[in-house]
Amino acid sequence: MRRGDGGRPSFWTLILYALLALGAGVLYLRFTRGLGAVTHLSDRFPWGLWVGFDILCGVGLAAGGFTITTVVYVFNVKRFKPIVRPTVLTAFLGYVLVVVALLFDLGRPWNLWHPLVMWNPRSVMFEVSWCVMLYLTVLFLEFSGMVFERLGWTKALAAQQGATLPLVIAGAVLSTLHQSSLGSFYLIVPGKLHPLWYTPLLPVLFFLSAIAVGLAMVIVESRLSSRAFGRHLEMPLLMEVGRVLVAALGVYGVTRLYDLAHRGFLGVAFGGSREALFFQLEFLGGVVAPMLLLAQPAVRRNTKALYASSLLVILGFVVHRLNVSITGLEAAQGGHYLPAAPEAAITLMLVAIGFALFGLAVKHLPVYPPEAPPPAFAPVKT
Amino acid sequence: METASRALLIDIVRCIGCRGCVAACKEAHSFTGSDQETELSATAYTAMVDFDGDRHVRKLCMHCLKPSCASVCPVGALTKTAAGPVTYDARKCLGCRYCMVACPFNVPRYEWSRVVPAVRKCDMCADRVAAGKVPACVEICPAEATVAGTREELLAEAHRRIAENPGTYVPQVYGESEVGGTSVLFLSPVPFEELAFQVGLGTQPLPDLTWNALEKIPGVVTVGGAMLFAIWWITHRREEVALAGARGAGEAAATVTAGEVKHAAR
Repeated sequence: MRRGDGGRPSFWTLILYALLALGAGVLYLRFTRGLGAVTHLSDRFPWGLWVGFDILCGVGLAAGGFTITTVVYVFNVKRFKPIVRPTVLTAFLGYVLVVVALLFDLGRPWNLWHPLVMWNPRSVMFEVSWCVMLYLTVLFLEFSGMVFERLGWTKALAAQQGATLPLVIAGAVLSTLHQSSLGSFYLIVPGKLHPLWYTPLLPVLFFLSAIAVGLAMVIVESRLSSRAFGRHLEMPLLMEVGRVLVAALGVYGVTRLYDLAHRGFLGVAFGGSREALFFQLEFLGGVVAPMLLLAQPAVRRNTKALYASSLLVILGFVVHRLNVSITGLEAAQGGHYLPAAPEAAITLMLVAIGFALFGLAVKHLPVYPPEAPPPAFAPVKT
Repeated sequence: METASRALLIDIVRCIGCRGCVAACKEAHSFTGSDQETELSATAYTAMVDFDGDRHVRKLCMHCLKPSCASVCPVGALTKTAAGPVTYDARKCLGCRYCMVACPFNVPRYEWSRVVPAVRKCDMCADRVAAGKVPACVEICPAEATVAGTREELLAEAHRRIAENPGTYVPQVYGESEVGGTSVLFLSPVPFEELAFQVGLGTQPLPDLTWNALEKIPGVVTVGGAMLFAIWWITHRREEVALAGARGAGEAAATVTAGEVKHAAR
């Protein structure tokens, strides 16, 4: 979100530089004194903010990449094509940042390649490693089209576009697998994770909520880039995304409630325990409220209201992932975890880098269709 | 090579709380610190908690028969060996710490302040066991409160003690069936929950729970991939048919985009 106007760096650019400097300092400590020097991670809470937000949320927030490409290229809903490239860009940058976060969080990041040769097919983490490696490759290939077009490499672009369908289908399958598998991580801790979050349906809930949040991200990033780059908003398109988002939230919400009722925890969920309050924050604030808002055409037509409702969905999603990875484990682990300031600084730095890279890409690559009436879409073969 | 898996039996009735096992474990692994450890750490593979009524309870890796830690490790750095111990190979380890999250007994510890950190936990003195010796904690124990043997022998011994000493033990061997059984077995004079044992873990090996999800992957890949391809074929075929129909009807299809035709066809 950097405005390239004028010689003076903007407010947001200064924030980015400050976070980069801070992050560099934290990383120096992390790689010279160990994880304990910069985090509140402990034997009770071996996973903290970096896993809970940077990885679990990062992967989910990038889910628009596979849903929108599937809708456009498999379901043949062509009118969503203008948002394919920004969504693919978000997904690609999102996954790159997830891997970067992983390099900071892993105790021995130089062994990151080990799952390639040391196999344990019984491990969900092994499966996720493979899926993320493969999907990152798919996203890179999908993203490369923008670079080829910018460079005028028509043959490479044609080859890349010829591979669209297999790439999109591979992306959808890989995403279905690892988005749900992030939930499967926690299937092995029935005794530790609070019953408001522990359910055999964890993988299904992770998958459904990723679909919803991916759509919310499409709306939010369109709004942000329209403000940052002075582009017009594809409002009719975003209104429709908003409408689909209501349906996606509905499917997720009903599944979540049905699961709680089926297991007999509906009463607990709407009780007054600490866990219940966090559940209500996540569910009422991040699922029910935006659903009620977005169900009204007037809200969807209003740029700001549409944006605010989508932000609620994103916040609710983040709270859900943090509830699963932190809040829901606190009672069993006998303590509380709050990230240390340096931990939070790294997360903020990664978010800022994401915004900055997105801005750079929009500035230098044909991410958005050129703004000429009537809108002439990027020449993508169908 | 022995085929029978080695195990430990820890009898809380016999334990005199001398903490020799804690000290011997430290010495065997060249760890510094005293024998007063009450919590496991990266330099305490076993610890001892004293309860009212002169009860002393050892903490250590339970060496599950189907260990969660080994099941979740993406690179197989943790292994349930045929000899009994669950061992760890730091050279393979990524440092993802999923083993620590997954362990139902909260056993693995991490070297949080090291630049090249490793997971730390009891390995039942695997090197000593391989050399035909007993673990250090067993060797030192003056009361034979911790003894080593094959799991079958020790289970038989535990049930013999329960049967021959009515009223001395609760009639349960902790570890016989918990999470599918463990290679460390406990006998207690009082119900285990009173000594802060994890109860209610069930008898199902926990790796089964993640396997239930993982085994669906081939189905998702084949059925999902085929379904998506079929949907692609149908949606694009429908478009072709609509286009052909529009042309055949002599309508001014040339100016109509395919998407609009598809809409009209619905």
